[in-house]
Amino acid sequence: MNNGLNFRQLEETKARILLSRAAWKSSITVCGGTGCHAQGGTKIVQAFREEIKNQALDGSVELRTTGCHGFCEQGPIVVIHPEGIFYSRLKAEDVPEVVTETIVNNRIVERLLYTVPKKKHRIISEKDVPFYQKQKRVVFAHNGLIDPTDIRDYIALDGYQALVKTLQTMTPEDVIAEIKASGLRGRGGAGFPTGRKWESCRSAVSDTKYIICNADEGDPGAFMDRSLLEGNPHSVIEGMIIGGYAMGASAGYIYVRLEYPIAVKNVKIALQQAKEYRLLGESVLGSDFSFDIHVFQGAGAFVSGEETSLMASIEGRRAFPRPRPPFPTQAGLWGKPTSINNVETWANVPHIIARGADWYSSIGTQTSKGTKIFSLVGKINNTGLVEVPMGTTLREIIYDIGGGIKGRRKFKAVQTGGPSGGCIPEDMLDLPIDYETLAKAGSIMGSGGMIVMDTDTCMVDLARYFLNFTQEESCGKCIPCRIGTTQMVEILTRITEGKGEEGDIERLESLAKTIKTHALCGLGQTAPNPVLTTLRYFRHEYEAHINKKSCPAAVCRALVEYRVVPDRCTGCQRCVAACPTGAITGPRAKAHNLDPTKCIKCRACYQVCRRDAIAGDAIKIVPRREVTDA
Amino acid sequence: MVQSSGESRCPDDPYADIFSGFKGEYGDLIATLQMIQEKLGYISEESVKRISRFLRVSENEIFGVASFYRQFRFVESGKCIVKVCMGTACHVRGASNILDGFRRKLRIEPDQTTEDKLFTLETVNCVGACALGPIVVFGDEYRGQMLVKDVDETIEKIRTENEQEGGAIK
Repeated sequence: MNNGLNFRQLEETKARILLSRAAWKSSITVCGGTGCHAQGGTKIVQAFREEIKNQALDGSVELRTTGCHGFCEQGPIVVIHPEGIFYSRLKAEDVPEVVTETIVNNRIVERLLYTVPKKKHRIISEKDVPFYQKQKRVVFAHNGLIDPTDIRDYIALDGYQALVKTLQTMTPEDVIAEIKASGLRGRGGAGFPTGRKWESCRSAVSDTKYIICNADEGDPGAFMDRSLLEGNPHSVIEGMIIGGYAMGASAGYIYVRLEYPIAVKNVKIALQQAKEYRLLGESVLGSDFSFDIHVFQGAGAFVSGEETSLMASIEGRRAFPRPRPPFPTQAGLWGKPTSINNVETWANVPHIIARGADWYSSIGTQTSKGTKIFSLVGKINNTGLVEVPMGTTLREIIYDIGGGIKGRRKFKAVQTGGPSGGCIPEDMLDLPIDYETLAKAGSIMGSGGMIVMDTDTCMVDLARYFLNFTQEESCGKCIPCRIGTTQMVEILTRITEGKGEEGDIERLESLAKTIKTHALCGLGQTAPNPVLTTLRYFRHEYEAHINKKSCPAAVCRALVEYRVVPDRCTGCQRCVAACPTGAITGPRAKAHNLDPTKCIKCRACYQVCRRDAIAGDAIKIVPRREVTDA
Repeated sequence: MVQSSGESRCPDDPYADIFSGFKGEYGDLIATLQMIQEKLGYISEESVKRISRFLRVSENEIFGVASFYRQFRFVESGKCIVKVCMGTACHVRGASNILDGFRRKLRIEPDQTTEDKLFTLETVNCVGACALGPIVVFGDEYRGQMLVKDVDETIEKIRTENEQEGGAIK
């Protein structure tokens, strides 16, 4: 179809694409991210396809499956352009009405619009939704507009123009100087200045150099890298080609984690198309720079997100980290100088080149420039991906964008940085977020997971969860991590089971200190952070578990009781049906009985009762101590 | 599990087909294992032997690499793999109760398969659909915002569908 392009032809291709699309009256974009996909997105696409055919609208209406729009909570999301009409939680049955009303008759289907929780008014346009209003979308700007499997969509929105600028007007040194001046820092978590890493790789002497895109997004609760690769793979690829040119690398690898099949698929398609357009391969865009990118799919190991482990994994070995120096920029993949950067870091590069370091460094704080994408999840109303300038406060993210805490509970803490991070309490909500402030609070930026917790979350249980995670994922190479985390899990488990002893907190602190200072790699060194921050801000919860054998948040199973509140119970029998052990009994319309000897605390009754208007919130989980006191 | 061997060049030997896409270098080890698991369902002793001959790497070493990663299975899995997401967002929304629900309903522990070979229960660190937690993936279908009572219902539904379709999942 195409013999490849040179600089001028890319410009012409763009003009041709735009012209061919001028005939479209409307463009229906359906979010194809994993979130919307999980909520039936593919059925929506199918329904639109059929309806467009039924109503003979083929030539004038475009149907496009796009990358993630970020507002996963409201999925499946459909936005109709050019008006930008935002329909949320769409069902396949709604599709014929949308086509007839909105596409043909230019009318809005009121009932499908998004309604702001607790306020009644409906919002028509995507840009007016409060979730998006306070965001500043740079890296994410085009995610909801383009079909990731069609390179023409990316080119039509000025895609690969930064690469043209690079190859036509900049030397490799210019590119590195620009990245350095922008103040871009690694988005994978540690925040190392990207320009300095590139410079180090550039100055290493070797016949072969590699660059790697780290898409082994292992932090549970973070999914921005997945979303970028799935939704806008060309932005990452363009960044990598520019980086390859700057560092003098001949090949790049994208290391994608096992759990992201759609990302792998879309990246492979994107690479194929980039090759067809001669954006990759021999003499990129007709220049004398040659560069290729390969995809490597991880096999499921958290530690392979660590750079030296990741390289071992690509080489076909066990993902064991190794001590540094030598740093990968000196001796990396197969012993060659290698620069490893995170997905989001790569995706920032084309924007910096296209719009300049001055523009980029005008966003953010003194030490942290640009925007950052966070995955806002947990006990919050508007879950999804948000992109904000560095320096935005936690309060703005959680309340203005996130819409506050779900239901009637109150905010307790926010966890950032995944298993290497920590929990930040309510009195620090006005903290402007950047690498330094988060570190000072005992947490880290990490890859951008932000898990919001309400008063129903037990901090000891959470610390146990994270330590259990790192213990299971510890590769076992060094003793502090392998034995240390196991010991910490044992102590934490004992505490959550009501078997905590005096001195346990001190033992945890001592182990944490040893692991932090002696573990070989980042996984081990940061593993104790969740325990240390929860001890720092929520020590009283540990003490309650140990001294009073009580779980204040009523989470730890051994320390709670389930009860029926008789004057709330309507006797609707839903919990009776849900109980797997027959612990709840009682006739219809009379308050039910819960036999604690049969109760296995599986939460089934609590969930049906709590979410149900008829049942009336009559099942309570209470700390055991309260029960014995009563 | 094995793809229709009608068109393949060596109908009796799936390995020849799998290996034909590789150069036979050490760096192919993980990708080879992945391909075998995809085509044959799991890594058997025979698989390890064949890779050993193909890449000229000891069986011991292959097993060492394969057992390091979560992805690789050494026994045949059930028809429907149930993956319970244990990510942080799912955890704070009660994923452990969901996992317990499956344990109870299927009477197996994670990484085990039911006697009728219909279900394999697995946990996964995070599937990256955190906004919808707790999440469970059945085969390749995602189910978000699971409740404990949904566990029994979904399992029963898949069982019935399986019986109706004469044993084929989906």
